[in-house]
Amino acid sequence: MEFVFQNILNALQWGSFYALIALGYTLVYGVLLLINFAHGDIFMVGAYIAYFVATLFLGTMGLGPTATLVLAVPLTMILTSCVGVTLERVAYRPLRRKGAHRLYVVITALMCGLMLENGNLALLGASRKYFPELMEKTVYSFAGLSVTNLKVVVIITAFIAFAVLQFIVTRTKIGMAMRGISWDKFAIPLMGIPVDSIIVFTFVLGSGMAGLAGLLFAMAYPVLEPYMGALIGWKAFIAAVVGGIGDIRGAFLGGFLLAFLEIGVAAVFPSTLRDLIAFTVLLLIMWRKPTGIFGVAKHQKI
Amino acid sequence: MQRYALNALLLVLALVIIGLSQAGAIDLYVQSVIMFMAINVIMSSSLNLVNGNMGEFSCGHGGFMCVGAYVGSLLSMLLFTNSKLFGAALLPPATAVFLFPIVLLGAGVVAALAGIIVAVPSFKTRGDYLAIITLAVNYIVISAIQNLDVIGGPRGLTGMRPTIAAMGDVVNLPWMMIWVLIGCFGSVFLIRRYISSTYGKGVNAVCQDEIAAEIMSVDTNRIKLVTFMISSGLAGVAGALYAHVVGYLNPGSFDILKSTEAMVMVYLGGMGSLSGSVISAVVFTILLEALRPLQIYKWVIVPLILILLMQFRPEGIMGNKELSDLFPRMRKYFTFK
Amino acid sequence: MTLLSINGLTQKFGGLLAVSDFNITLEGGELVGLIGPNGAGKTTVFNLVSGFYQPTDGEIILNGSKTKGLRPHQVTALGVARTFQNIRLWHDMTVLDNIRVSQHYRMGYSLLDAFRRSKRYRENEKRIDSIALDLLEAMDLRQYADEYPKNLPYGLQRRVEIARAMSVKPKLLLLDEPAAGLNSADVDGLIKLVRWIHKEFGITIWMIEHQMKVVMSLCSWIKVIDFGSTIAEGTPEQIQSNPTVIKAYLGDDTI
Repeated sequence: MEFVFQNILNALQWGSFYALIALGYTLVYGVLLLINFAHGDIFMVGAYIAYFVATLFLGTMGLGPTATLVLAVPLTMILTSCVGVTLERVAYRPLRRKGAHRLYVVITALMCGLMLENGNLALLGASRKYFPELMEKTVYSFAGLSVTNLKVVVIITAFIAFAVLQFIVTRTKIGMAMRGISWDKFAIPLMGIPVDSIIVFTFVLGSGMAGLAGLLFAMAYPVLEPYMGALIGWKAFIAAVVGGIGDIRGAFLGGFLLAFLEIGVAAVFPSTLRDLIAFTVLLLIMWRKPTGIFGVAKHQKI
Repeated sequence: MQRYALNALLLVLALVIIGLSQAGAIDLYVQSVIMFMAINVIMSSSLNLVNGNMGEFSCGHGGFMCVGAYVGSLLSMLLFTNSKLFGAALLPPATAVFLFPIVLLGAGVVAALAGIIVAVPSFKTRGDYLAIITLAVNYIVISAIQNLDVIGGPRGLTGMRPTIAAMGDVVNLPWMMIWVLIGCFGSVFLIRRYISSTYGKGVNAVCQDEIAAEIMSVDTNRIKLVTFMISSGLAGVAGALYAHVVGYLNPGSFDILKSTEAMVMVYLGGMGSLSGSVISAVVFTILLEALRPLQIYKWVIVPLILILLMQFRPEGIMGNKELSDLFPRMRKYFTFK
Repeated sequence: MTLLSINGLTQKFGGLLAVSDFNITLEGGELVGLIGPNGAGKTTVFNLVSGFYQPTDGEIILNGSKTKGLRPHQVTALGVARTFQNIRLWHDMTVLDNIRVSQHYRMGYSLLDAFRRSKRYRENEKRIDSIALDLLEAMDLRQYADEYPKNLPYGLQRRVEIARAMSVKPKLLLLDEPAAGLNSADVDGLIKLVRWIHKEFGITIWMIEHQMKVVMSLCSWIKVIDFGSTIAEGTPEQIQSNPTVIKAYLGDDTI
């Protein structure tokens, strides 16, 4: 029984990462109907930013680990948001201005992701970076289970982030504007709402979440390498779609669903089959219900 | 007579290349570049069928190439070599000289069947959802092979070379060059015949207005199925050729990067333009070779090229026209409309 | 045999009742209208007949065969063709190709034939070619065969769309607001065209239309629906003076 609960805890932690990243995908898709394929790599960039920030504060500036952590969280999120927004301004907005076909923007996103990955590899080299320890690990044991304080922090952070996002999207004016744009982006400016600002805000939120996920991930699994965002990014993306892309509840649920699936599979099957089986199950879900669990099919007028 | 001029020209070109290779006048490096070029032509034009003519968004073309590469290699080893895996060759190795196409056919058929996996979802969904499915299939194929230690798993597969050697024993010719060129011209030929027929024009109809196509008696599901199967089947053939040219297979070489290469060629050439895919495959291969000294920066520059393309000339080199649209007098020189 | 028989047709989209208990019988050679305010459910009826939706209730019998479960291209093969409110031509294919592709239901050759360019392929392509060219000739569109629809004026595009519909040799032609977006000269041309098709090919034409000039001059019988239900039917004169119809279009205020 402990085995099951232990795995549930692991899945909750692993799912938190997927969920945080998936939220970013879904926010951007919900507003722009764009799959920001570069998002997984923004997560990677976030992890590296956290690394440099932490090393800077710990090393050069000689701050203590807790102070570093407290400063690193907002700084990472802000800087990662900057990266996301830059991507939007430089690559996506010009295409939007031209009224380019969505396909071109998606391809651009895919290519930006590749550039980030390989640019990282080219500039920083293939050697892995080791994230410094910022939080002293305490292990809580109860009822035969053990959980580190970090795991708890990660899980709680994910839930809080979701709650905050849910609040913003459903209860604030800007959230309504975000939802409005996805339905009719021509009507929104006519209502006096600046579309570009909303879009920037969306990227800020999404990339910020990715940055936060990057920091937490670096703390949990302290080895960084340039392609770390690629696989996790793809999986988080698929999770968002399975949950129903465009709906943040779907992204959140999808992230955990995928994690439970993976942990569950790894517990039963040899671990090399983990990704394979997870992907296959997702493929089957997509076959049966392409719009995902929370998704609503956009009705085409004949 | 004049109408066959293009075919004759291509034949002459092929013979010249083969001749020069045989004589050793062009070195092995250049030969391999030409072969990769031809394989890229197959990949590019077959993906263009789906992404260009049919307007879908398939991101997993590498997966089908992978299927074909492995099936082709295994068939080759089974039929023509004495391998650890399969034991003695089923057929006398010398017969590879004219029976090698079985390997290609087998690879193509299995890859075409794999194409059904992405074709069926495409009946009901388009665009982004299909992109995910194709990505997932690409990944699943690689992952599945990595888990099959019997065919090498992540360490890779080798053992195709003896087949080529066996062909060389019979007659000393640059066999892979011959097969690759046959495969390349054959693929382009098939695709051309498909899309210029009324049958194949249904693909454009489905792309431009699927509802109108349904109403005008086009069986849209069948068209999608057939087109996906032709596309992935030809990618499989490309894979089998690739496997025999390189002599070693690693599942990781058919991942999203390979699929991206194919996509770059399609969008560079122009969606829906067959001549565009051929030209861009040639250009792209040369570009990749030119960038080789830059090593990892290559993979920063290639995506950048595509980004710039999307910004400034999304319709690619040829737009959606063919060479014969730009140079109408060329029409006199080939046999199909 | 009755060409088209619709009984008790009902269509619900979630909670919305789009079509409610719609009935109609069409014989060969009729020219019938379907009118009603916007959102009344007219196009939904056409979509049901074409096979795009499966009805929540009721049945549609075309030429003696039930259309239940058939996909649109199979329904077309039973002898129905239609045009759309927003012209749905394939704008990046020539006019001739637009007509050619509509011959998919009687292609006569297989994929393998296409690859091999066999005799069967060549003969059938020639046949398809001549069918397409003859049709364009008959509809006075031959000179536009190599044009792209997007380059043609709207009125001509509508003609091409109707020609394409005719190429599947339908017994029943559904026209969904054919006059939409046409200027008055084109509307006159349309009326002439529809009348000519009706006489020349002897088919049944069922038309949705808002422009009363078109409906009144062409149709011999008109059905009026509102909120999915039939509210009146009759000859043009009867409909014009029917108070229920007037109320549905103009509202309750007495003029």
